[in-house]
Amino acid sequence: MRVLDCNKMAGGALVRYPGRTFMMLLATAIGVSAVLVLTSLGEAARRFVTAEFQSLGTHLVIVIPGRSETSGANPSMMIAETPRDLTIDDARAVSRSRHVVRLAPVVVGEASVSRGSLEREISIIGTTPEFREIREWKMRLGEFLPNVTMERGAPLCVIGAKVRTELFGIDPPLGQWLRVGDRRCRVSGVLAPEGTSVMIDVNEVVIIPVLDAQALFNSPGLFRIVLQATSREAMPLAQADAKRIIAERHYGEEDVTVITQDAVLSTFDGIFGTLTMALGGIAAISLVVAGVLIMNVMLVAVSQRTAEVGLLKALGATRRQIIALFLTEALFLAALGAVVGLLLGYGIVAAMRTFYSTLDFVPPLWAAAGAMLVAMACGIFFGILPARRAADLDPIQALMGR
Amino acid sequence: MIQLQELCRDFDVGEEVVHALDHVSLNLPAGEYVSIMGPSGSGKSTLLNILGLLDTPTSGSYTLDGVNTSRMDDNELASIRQNKIGFVFQSFHLVPRLSALENVELPMMLSGNDPKLRRERGHAALERVGLGHRDSHRPSQLSGGERQRVAIARAIVMEPKLLLADEPTGNLDSASGREIVKIMEALNDQGLTLLVVTHDPAIGERARRQLKFKDGRLELDSGGAA
Repeated sequence: MRVLDCNKMAGGALVRYPGRTFMMLLATAIGVSAVLVLTSLGEAARRFVTAEFQSLGTHLVIVIPGRSETSGANPSMMIAETPRDLTIDDARAVSRSRHVVRLAPVVVGEASVSRGSLEREISIIGTTPEFREIREWKMRLGEFLPNVTMERGAPLCVIGAKVRTELFGIDPPLGQWLRVGDRRCRVSGVLAPEGTSVMIDVNEVVIIPVLDAQALFNSPGLFRIVLQATSREAMPLAQADAKRIIAERHYGEEDVTVITQDAVLSTFDGIFGTLTMALGGIAAISLVVAGVLIMNVMLVAVSQRTAEVGLLKALGATRRQIIALFLTEALFLAALGAVVGLLLGYGIVAAMRTFYSTLDFVPPLWAAAGAMLVAMACGIFFGILPARRAADLDPIQALMGR
Repeated sequence: MIQLQELCRDFDVGEEVVHALDHVSLNLPAGEYVSIMGPSGSGKSTLLNILGLLDTPTSGSYTLDGVNTSRMDDNELASIRQNKIGFVFQSFHLVPRLSALENVELPMMLSGNDPKLRRERGHAALERVGLGHRDSHRPSQLSGGERQRVAIARAIVMEPKLLLADEPTGNLDSASGREIVKIMEALNDQGLTLLVVTHDPAIGERARRQLKFKDGRLELDSGGAA
């Protein structure tokens, strides 16, 4: 029997029983589109997080006080030592590395911010103007803490867009006094509104000079040192420099953790990649369910067409030919269902993108290919049993329609 | 053409063993026109199934065209069915979704013939049964007699040596039944060995040689030196 003839026979049978064909197509299509939709969810989450981390700035290296031990920590050490503070002097020393373009010390805390009778509890960031450049924040009004450095504080502050509307309403905020904790400062600028960036809501923040923040929170320690390396390649060098310089200043002890943006990115990339795979795997179960359905419906098809099978045998069809016919039919169903599922899946994902544009929903290519393959594999695997049952039919009984 | 020796076919029905064929010996030369008659349960259908290689005997031997069929595997049997035997059934057994021509082409398709050759010979076979103008009709658009003629065309398209007909007129009115018998007799005149199983004495008695079965035994053989 020729391949083309086999395909024609199998295809003809599918056309002949449209209801049955439709049901099986639907089952496979739902399975395939489920894989696409779920993996595109995971993929969108991955892209979202990656983009968030990229929005932190470029070529970022971050110094965090305290050592995060990943191997063989001695318990007595953990009890005996408290991490040494990261100080402004540390930051100044690191900024002298030739791999560092710019650097900003960061202090964070909360304080009540008030203007007249209006008062709010708001996140406070203490830093220097370099921080704005590193984070690539834009100003709506005014300037970002002019003339402030690591050595020089000023009674100034920069406020987020939401803080402005809540405390000033429609009044012009520039040059107005605000009370931050027990200190007074003038508003030197307003940040342009932005989406939530990692950890910080840019719209709901008050930024003051780092020295003032240290005085406000009465603590010499820094929360972070954020620095920008000269290039992507310089990131590990800047990381090593920061580690070495701070260790020298801390009497040879490596009591800070220095991470690069790349490392964080690749970690999150890995986590979300795995998550996406897991989602795809769960959805693939529905494909197996579709496979079982194909098997059942094919079994019904075999018993519906026993007379035809008997006839084919009487006409000289071999076992292999009959198995080939029914397997081809199952494979056609699976393949068609997979194609319909792809269209359906891409359709749903496109709709999701329209209705929820914050996330960038795109089904990963590997998921589409994988879903197709699994669908076909299920078609073959679950087609074998019905095909064999057809091939094993006794032609006499089959011809009598029993 | 066909030699049967001490052929037996037993069926287990519950505890009992039923002897559907009980030591049947028979010799049919090529070109013979034979009718097989007998009441239901007499074993005539079983005999036809064994002759058509759809069933295998419990004991005894069946030699077709000089070849002993008892030790053949499935594929060899399928190949003989394909090339040497044509079947005509009581209920026609046409594939409803295929046209008349496609139904006739089925055996050639299974044997992997070229589509062009298939169409030519399929059409020629339909011409031989007087349905050359009905190539593209589906079985549901044909009358009972026409359907059986398509089935005959399908049975002869591979140029077999043996035509086995199981109650070929059983589902037809007597006029179309007569027509079917005439077509098969014409094929027999051209050298095809023809075996017809029937209830109907009017049809059975037309055969040159008549076999009557009862309880699995050959009771009467009108013209044989078996």
